[in-house]
Amino acid sequence: MDNKAYSNMLQINDLHASVEGKKILKGINLEVKAGEVHAIMGPNGSGKSTLASVIAGKEEFEVKKGSLALEGEDLEDLSPEERAHMGVFLSFQYPVEIPGVSVTNFMKTAINESRKAKGLEDMPANQMLKLIREKSELLEIDRKFLSRSLNEGFSGGEKKRNEIFQMAMLEPKLAILDETDSGLDIDALRIVANGVNKLRGKDNAIIVITHYQRLLEYIVPDFVHVLHDGKIVKSGSKNLALELEEKGYDWLKQETVV
Amino acid sequence: MDLKDKLLSSFLAFENNVDLNSPVHDVRSEAIKNFETKGFPSKKEEAWKYTSLNNLQKIDFSVFPKQETVLDYKEIKKYFLHEIDTYKIVFVDGVYSSYLSETTHDGVDVCLMSAALTKPQYRQVIDVYFNKVASKDESLTTLNTAFSREGAFIYIPKNKVPKKPIQILHLATGNEAALMLQPRNLVIAEENAEVQVIERHQSLTGNEVLTNSVTEIFAAQDAIVDYYKVQNDLDTASLIDNTYIAQKDRSVVRVHTFSFGGKLTRNNLNYYQNGERIDSTLKGVTILGDKQHVDHHTLVHHAQPNCESHQDYKGVFGDRSTGVFNGKIIVDKIAQKTNAFQQNNNVIISDKATVNTKPQLEIFADDVKCSHGCTIGQLDEDAMFYLQSRGIPKKEARALLMYAFANNVLESVRIPELKARINALIAKKLGVRVGFEL
Repeated sequence: MDNKAYSNMLQINDLHASVEGKKILKGINLEVKAGEVHAIMGPNGSGKSTLASVIAGKEEFEVKKGSLALEGEDLEDLSPEERAHMGVFLSFQYPVEIPGVSVTNFMKTAINESRKAKGLEDMPANQMLKLIREKSELLEIDRKFLSRSLNEGFSGGEKKRNEIFQMAMLEPKLAILDETDSGLDIDALRIVANGVNKLRGKDNAIIVITHYQRLLEYIVPDFVHVLHDGKIVKSGSKNLALELEEKGYDWLKQETVV
Repeated sequence: MDLKDKLLSSFLAFENNVDLNSPVHDVRSEAIKNFETKGFPSKKEEAWKYTSLNNLQKIDFSVFPKQETVLDYKEIKKYFLHEIDTYKIVFVDGVYSSYLSETTHDGVDVCLMSAALTKPQYRQVIDVYFNKVASKDESLTTLNTAFSREGAFIYIPKNKVPKKPIQILHLATGNEAALMLQPRNLVIAEENAEVQVIERHQSLTGNEVLTNSVTEIFAAQDAIVDYYKVQNDLDTASLIDNTYIAQKDRSVVRVHTFSFGGKLTRNNLNYYQNGERIDSTLKGVTILGDKQHVDHHTLVHHAQPNCESHQDYKGVFGDRSTGVFNGKIIVDKIAQKTNAFQQNNNVIISDKATVNTKPQLEIFADDVKCSHGCTIGQLDEDAMFYLQSRGIPKKEARALLMYAFANNVLESVRIPELKARINALIAKKLGVRVGFEL
């Protein structure tokens, strides 16, 4: 029997995680099916970015309890690169600058390393160029940008656009967008959101982590979850985001205490 | 007999072959006296605390090669930057090889120190420049001065630019079980002249080589000198490079030092600014493994107002390699509005590698900008995670980050083919398989 067909894209059960001995995630349960977009909201320090890093496999974060699986395959013992090869992608809140390595060369390296892991040959140069052209148009990125050193001297908007460009190039099954809207003006936000929406499909899933409702006007989620103190305290439809925008997070904090 | 005694007695033999009546020889005689008094520097001296010459002094070096060797160009082509046309001054075991060289007197002089030191037409230039910026006190410099006879002589008159870059290549064939070389170079760029020089020392066999080199560089008003040192020698070759630079108003002198190999390398790079609006740039990439040792000692002496200096040295140290950086900046009281920038960043990738880094600022003026930073660390974990999360495995990610770390020193390399070569060397040293042309 094919397990995959019956598995969720992402299945998180009672996940507890710590960093440097400090408990951050305290029992997360989350199911994300293919084709869905989930938004995770919550106040600062609630564990949103930690959850993103744990899914992507950052080694400093220690999973103490619980499980996480992609299409039924347990992720726990896999390195970040192995998870990437399986189709996990994290759009970083603070992308790292890599001087001397152009955006194009970085993408070539990333794609060919993924192919190598799957036993495939390097992507032929002309195919690579075509792909780069196609995806850069999607994000309204011009050629000059592609030959610049990765993230070096990029504006906030350029960095985020570049993250989504990478997502478009790598075509992940599960994309996690960590605070992709922070530092974006309205035009950049529109371009980034438009790019993400074009990448939505029935075979992939997206988790949008955000502090504000604004991004969700452009990337409309199927589900909204509120993270507080390392737990999902409330889940709902896209209307929950509006409610949060109006009331803030305090009413939820109180609700959990009660 | 220890090396010092051997050198002192060799000086007597050396005197049989040079013109004792020339003023140059008075300079040599003074210099050997200084070396006789001081001898080789020991680890007791602050400047040599981390670099020991003791083991080298135990080796029975030949000071004069006994036979000449003819090398086939094909064998040594790879040590040249052969992708572009250049002038070449090539020495084999310290002896000039006219067959491998391409000198010129067409508007500029790209030729031999032996000619400059002996021929009457150079007398005036030698009187003005020879041994004028090199230390008369530092023992290894004076040792070289005492034996100064051969090397590269480059003279660029006012407003002239040579048609192509100049390569100075010193090859050691291994005909001697152990060979000591003491090349002496003189580079003069007169007013508004410009020159690019690439220097390399290369041993061709596993026999011991010790090179004690002195280079004097003079940049007159508005002159531009780019000097590139490529140090990628075998593990039996040691180099003590003493470079002295004197700059006048608005001149630019950039020295890039690429240290990727050799047993022991000591770079003494000294800048003396004697004018205003001078730009001095010192950059280095050091990537070591095995038991290699590289020691960068820099000095920038700001003696006039409104000048700049930019130092940026990057090092990656693996295995049991050791690195030293000592950057001294002196700003005289009258040198107001000096802008002196110094940066030394090191990444250690093995438990057994060590780095000692020390900025040494002596500032006597009150209206100056002097910034310095020395770091020794490991690779940034966040950056590693970023690359890995894009599917780049740990080993490749590490290499890519080290490559990026070292690479930004190359921005100011003005010969694209050299830049490409150095880039490729860096990638090779770091084992980067990045799947693209570097």
